[in-house]
Amino acid sequence: MRMKFFAALGLTVVMSSAMLVFATPPAGSGTITGKVTYTGTPPKMRPIDMSKEPSCAKQHATPVLTQNVASGPGNTLQWVVVYISAGDEGGSAPAQGVRYDQKGCEYLPHVLPMLAGQELQIFNDDQTSHNIHPLAKTNQEWNKSQPPGSPPIVTKWDKPEFISVKCNIHPWMHGYFVVLKTSHYAVTGEDGTFSITGLPAGKYTVTAWQEQYSSKSQDVTIAGAETKTANFVFTATPY
Amino acid sequence: MTRKKFAVTFALGSVALLTAGATLSTAQSHVNSPDPLLGAPSVATETSNINGITGSAEPGKHLYRRFCIGCHGPDGNGQGMNAQWIDPQPRDFTEATFKCRSTPTGTLPTDEDLYNAVTRGFVTTAMPAWRPLSPQQRADLVAFIKTWSPRWAKEKPGASLNIPPETPITIESILHGRELYQKLECWKCHGPEGHADGPSAATLTDSKGFPIKPFNFSTGDRFMCGDTNRDLYRIFMTGLDGSPMPSFADVIQPNDAWDLVHFLRTLQVALPNQELTLWQSYRAAHGKDLKPIGPDSAGGAQ
Repeated sequence: MRMKFFAALGLTVVMSSAMLVFATPPAGSGTITGKVTYTGTPPKMRPIDMSKEPSCAKQHATPVLTQNVASGPGNTLQWVVVYISAGDEGGSAPAQGVRYDQKGCEYLPHVLPMLAGQELQIFNDDQTSHNIHPLAKTNQEWNKSQPPGSPPIVTKWDKPEFISVKCNIHPWMHGYFVVLKTSHYAVTGEDGTFSITGLPAGKYTVTAWQEQYSSKSQDVTIAGAETKTANFVFTATPY
Repeated sequence: MTRKKFAVTFALGSVALLTAGATLSTAQSHVNSPDPLLGAPSVATETSNINGITGSAEPGKHLYRRFCIGCHGPDGNGQGMNAQWIDPQPRDFTEATFKCRSTPTGTLPTDEDLYNAVTRGFVTTAMPAWRPLSPQQRADLVAFIKTWSPRWAKEKPGASLNIPPETPITIESILHGRELYQKLECWKCHGPEGHADGPSAATLTDSKGFPIKPFNFSTGDRFMCGDTNRDLYRIFMTGLDGSPMPSFADVIQPNDAWDLVHFLRTLQVALPNQELTLWQSYRAAHGKDLKPIGPDSAGGAQ
């Protein structure tokens, strides 16, 4: 009996320690929300002339605009990646990959955040060839042709980096892969707002990255199940 | 000056000279040691292996300092004294991105690839062929070039492209290659006739943002990465990393690739070749039935 008791106790200890090791860290319940805006004068986003690629031009009733400083009403900034740059240990890349589309000679989405090591699938949905050319510096640059009907290119990036992506055949096509160490990130919508959820209590540095105006950071402390606000204001210059 | 004084001065001078000599030889004994002319390399030392020749970075360093530093620079970043006058710009070895590779896009080239590049030079650029250097010296240079980027210590070169035996040169092969040239949109940059005047040609930049021209097939220039049919096959399959030319390895089957090679030869109107002769006689008879390559062709993806 006594032996059995000790055996059971031992088993319990082993199991609980195993759970401690293998259980994923508890998802927090803190949230950081905010809005990204600008002061000053941003460049005017210009209509893109796709007449050299009729199969793409006819997909757009009105011309697509350039997106390097995309803004909405009230001086909001779109396509800003807001992420935890310090205080988050990060996590292993999720099994779920991220998807990047070439459609109507545009990159959808224009800015695609992902975790280092996370699977990235690149699709060509157009009736024309694209060459997808990520101009990586920290990671290794590559350049592949993807004719219509080709299977998706499945790849990943190992190191955190803001990677500029272009198509040399259609020089107006330009986007970004934002490879991060943290799984806590968000991209601003047209209204400039973002929301980073699931944060455990802790002290964090929140960074907002805009492709033309670089990064801004601020510190935010999350005590528990609370929502903190972090607004970012970029100084816009017209060039 | 007395005889004794002279002797003392002479002795002192000799010691000074010897010391200086000793210092110099110490300074040159290791690649990673400070060098009056060169910046610090990323990797302490590297070797290369080319068909049984083993190259070493140390002798390669001296060759680099003598022959390469003017363009590729003391820091290996392609910013030597002459670089400002050179277009396209000299290779930046710190990025370890190379155009002429037998390996997949995004991977390091093999030692043979680098050796062949040094040997061949790049015909349409300022880079000469280094055949005056012995094979051993070129192998040493390859070993030294690899010390400029930490990637060489961490990664292995990609697997060399397997090139199957060439298929027969026939008019069917050329015609199919021509369809591929249209379908894969080679003409968007290289132009319908290979004159480097496609709709995207004027907009091209290399990965550092410098304007770059697509290859003009009609001028009689040799290809940058070798001028045999096998070289041509390899060029478009692996792509030229750092330039707008993508890799087609994932999208062209081997037999189709040979067809494209045969068609590309017909664009080289200034270089007499077998494919061109065959094509010219075919076109003389059937030219009217051929759809032109370009945006209006029914064979295009419109």
